[in-house]
Amino acid sequence: MSVSTTESIPVEKNFLQEKRGHSGIWVWLLSTDHKRIGIMYLVSMLTFFLVAVGIGVVMRLELISPGETIMGAQTYNALFTLHGVLMIFLFIIPGIPAAFGNFMLPIQIGARDVAFPRLNLLSYWLYLTGVVFALLSLFTGPGPADTGWTFYAPYSLRTGTNVTLAVMAAFILGFSSILTGLNFITTMHRLRAPGMSFFKMPLFCWSLYATGWIQILATPILGITVALVAIERIIGIGVFDPVKGGDPVLYQHLFWIYSHPAVYIMVLPAMGVLSDIIPTFARRTIFGYKAIAFSSMAIAFVGYLVWGHHMFTSGISDTSRMAFSFLTFLVAIPSAIKVFNWIATLYKGSIDIQPPFLYGITFIILFSIGGLTGLVLGSLATDIHVHDTYFVVAHFHYVMFGGTGFVFFAALHYWGPKMFGRMYNKKISYIAWSFLFVGFNILYFTMFILGYKGMPRRYYDALPEFQDLHIIATIGSWVLVTGLIIMFVNLYRGFRKGEKVGMNPWGGTTLEWKVATPPPLENFHQIPVVEYEPYYHERKEEEK
Amino acid sequence: MDQPMDLAIEKHFDPIGARIGMWLFLFTELLLFGGLFLLYAIYLNKYPEEFHYGSGQLDQFVGALNTVILLTSSLTMVLSVASLQRNNRKLALFFLIATFILGAAFLVNKYFEWGGKISHGIYPGSEELMQHPHGEILFYGLYYTMTGLHGLHVLVGMVIMLFLMYFITKKSHKAFSLPSEALEKMIGSKIVVTGARGKKLWESQQISPEVTGIELKIRGVVTDSEIRSNLVKLENAGLYWHLVDIIWIFLFPLFYLVAM
Repeated sequence: MSVSTTESIPVEKNFLQEKRGHSGIWVWLLSTDHKRIGIMYLVSMLTFFLVAVGIGVVMRLELISPGETIMGAQTYNALFTLHGVLMIFLFIIPGIPAAFGNFMLPIQIGARDVAFPRLNLLSYWLYLTGVVFALLSLFTGPGPADTGWTFYAPYSLRTGTNVTLAVMAAFILGFSSILTGLNFITTMHRLRAPGMSFFKMPLFCWSLYATGWIQILATPILGITVALVAIERIIGIGVFDPVKGGDPVLYQHLFWIYSHPAVYIMVLPAMGVLSDIIPTFARRTIFGYKAIAFSSMAIAFVGYLVWGHHMFTSGISDTSRMAFSFLTFLVAIPSAIKVFNWIATLYKGSIDIQPPFLYGITFIILFSIGGLTGLVLGSLATDIHVHDTYFVVAHFHYVMFGGTGFVFFAALHYWGPKMFGRMYNKKISYIAWSFLFVGFNILYFTMFILGYKGMPRRYYDALPEFQDLHIIATIGSWVLVTGLIIMFVNLYRGFRKGEKVGMNPWGGTTLEWKVATPPPLENFHQIPVVEYEPYYHERKEEEK
Repeated sequence: MDQPMDLAIEKHFDPIGARIGMWLFLFTELLLFGGLFLLYAIYLNKYPEEFHYGSGQLDQFVGALNTVILLTSSLTMVLSVASLQRNNRKLALFFLIATFILGAAFLVNKYFEWGGKISHGIYPGSEELMQHPHGEILFYGLYYTMTGLHGLHVLVGMVIMLFLMYFITKKSHKAFSLPSEALEKMIGSKIVVTGARGKKLWESQQISPEVTGIELKIRGVVTDSEIRSNLVKLENAGLYWHLVDIIWIFLFPLFYLVAM
């Protein structure tokens, strides 16, 4: 993609120096600049990510020896609930779209901001409100929720813990997510630069487009479902309560109608980031641009119809189980299309293994393991055996953490220097990566074996025959956390004090590499006219 | 080939974008209620007799009256939009207020309807209702949830209308200040406003040295862009109001007429 603008104004403020008359924290909290909002999301999400990682480590520690090690069953129940709620609702669902999408989407399509900047800020405030509700649910009332992040009825209706506030938090966070999706879709329809047709958009934008539709079409169902749980707990309308004639399985249906598509809210943007990173470091254009773009839409569509595979053991009819199983297999096809396209892009490319690339391609390995074990879970016969075991836990950590989590780190390494204008120490990021990769596989691959042998999920204790494997997994968690600490310290130091970087440190071809680092307040002095494909790598004299 | 677009144009209000955003939001509202309609469909199928009985207990007349009220309010909303399109702000405001009053009337009816049921002990979780069969508990559970959520939407719509009344009536005043050098020369003088044939309408006090500024406030003419921006806001509010109306169109037969 070539751009016919000249960077003519030499000295100007970047967006971090532009304060617009506010001071202190208000510079951030009142800013409608998509870049500042993106960074606010990034910082908030990483905070909750680290808290949730801490909880995960403590849970692993509990399982290192038989019996009660450092906490009782009730505490363990509250912790796995909190771990899930934080990781899912506060980290990985807003995740890549809210942080990197907000920052990069307008720049990548050649716009000065999103379509509704104030609505964007409102989304962030709603996110913060959701956070406040989640925190209140911990420290007020009869104690933190102990239902698991799924809030399954009828237990969520009966438990004495503070489920009402926790589901309100989920409701508000859902609203925030809807508004972000709505904003992005409108932005992509209305604010593309001249020449930037839909098929010249970087694939990250395509993935955000597909994600936006899922956010809009699936999240309201979660909203009404958790709202009904809250209403049920407050006044008792009976819709999910068997005592009053309601059907708890209906809760599961409604919950998964949202929460399965939500899996694609989490993973599609990661696939988009990867589709941007791979051409940059393979120094050639992406293979099968349209196939990747359409497979995003296909995943979004088919992903809407597979929720029943979470309920194979919940007592639904055989016909619907077979239908859902078939559809689940179907959704593997577009995912595989993407993987093959990425591999084909790498083939005969001149690959430059920089940190973002390394973290990025880890996705392909770990996501493939997670995806293939997903097919084990999607088949009816095998699912009966491994349902609600550690096999499931391992599966979704492979796709969510191994997939989306690693790409999130890749995005931090890829776009971080652009956002903050400074480079981290690359050697240390390679070291961090090896700890992460090794620790991750020790921790979660062990869980596949545990689950296959029959270790159920959500137990704070285990039978003696599982003990050896639990010890291995716990050791893996320590290695993983060491890697995380090294990585985050390195990034933090780098972004604060590292070497300054120029406009295009990686040789990227999309529009964000054609503006200053860090970008100026409204990104472009003159809206660029786009003439080339997003990953056009023919070297031109404008290089650097 | 460059088409320079300066900031002012870029920031220029985008009516199509605003409409796209609103329609997307309406999808989410439909799906929000969709979850409840799904529950209704399933429980109606499971407990047809109790739903039939429960429906017979509701007051069809009040339901029909509320339907008429909401349909009329949709009409006045459309008329308000049409008036603003023809740049008749007063008429637009009149129809907007009419819509607001009809919305309030709907809620008043709803209040008495709910109040009547509650006074008979028919409300979720009441001892009286718990004696009834399961299907009826669910019927009333859904009745209160769905009409309650709908009522909340009516209320939100009315709040939005209040904002729009403000936007439509608001006329910004433009202020011009005299430069301070000019001010010094005016100490000791007066400012006089004259009408036809030199008639003195108003006279200021003598300007003393304490006066630090003189401002001339000119009643702002509503600019074209303001009108367009208000129009899109009103249209979007209208879309929202029609959605609220449509949802009621489905709630009315499902709860009131299913027994007939």
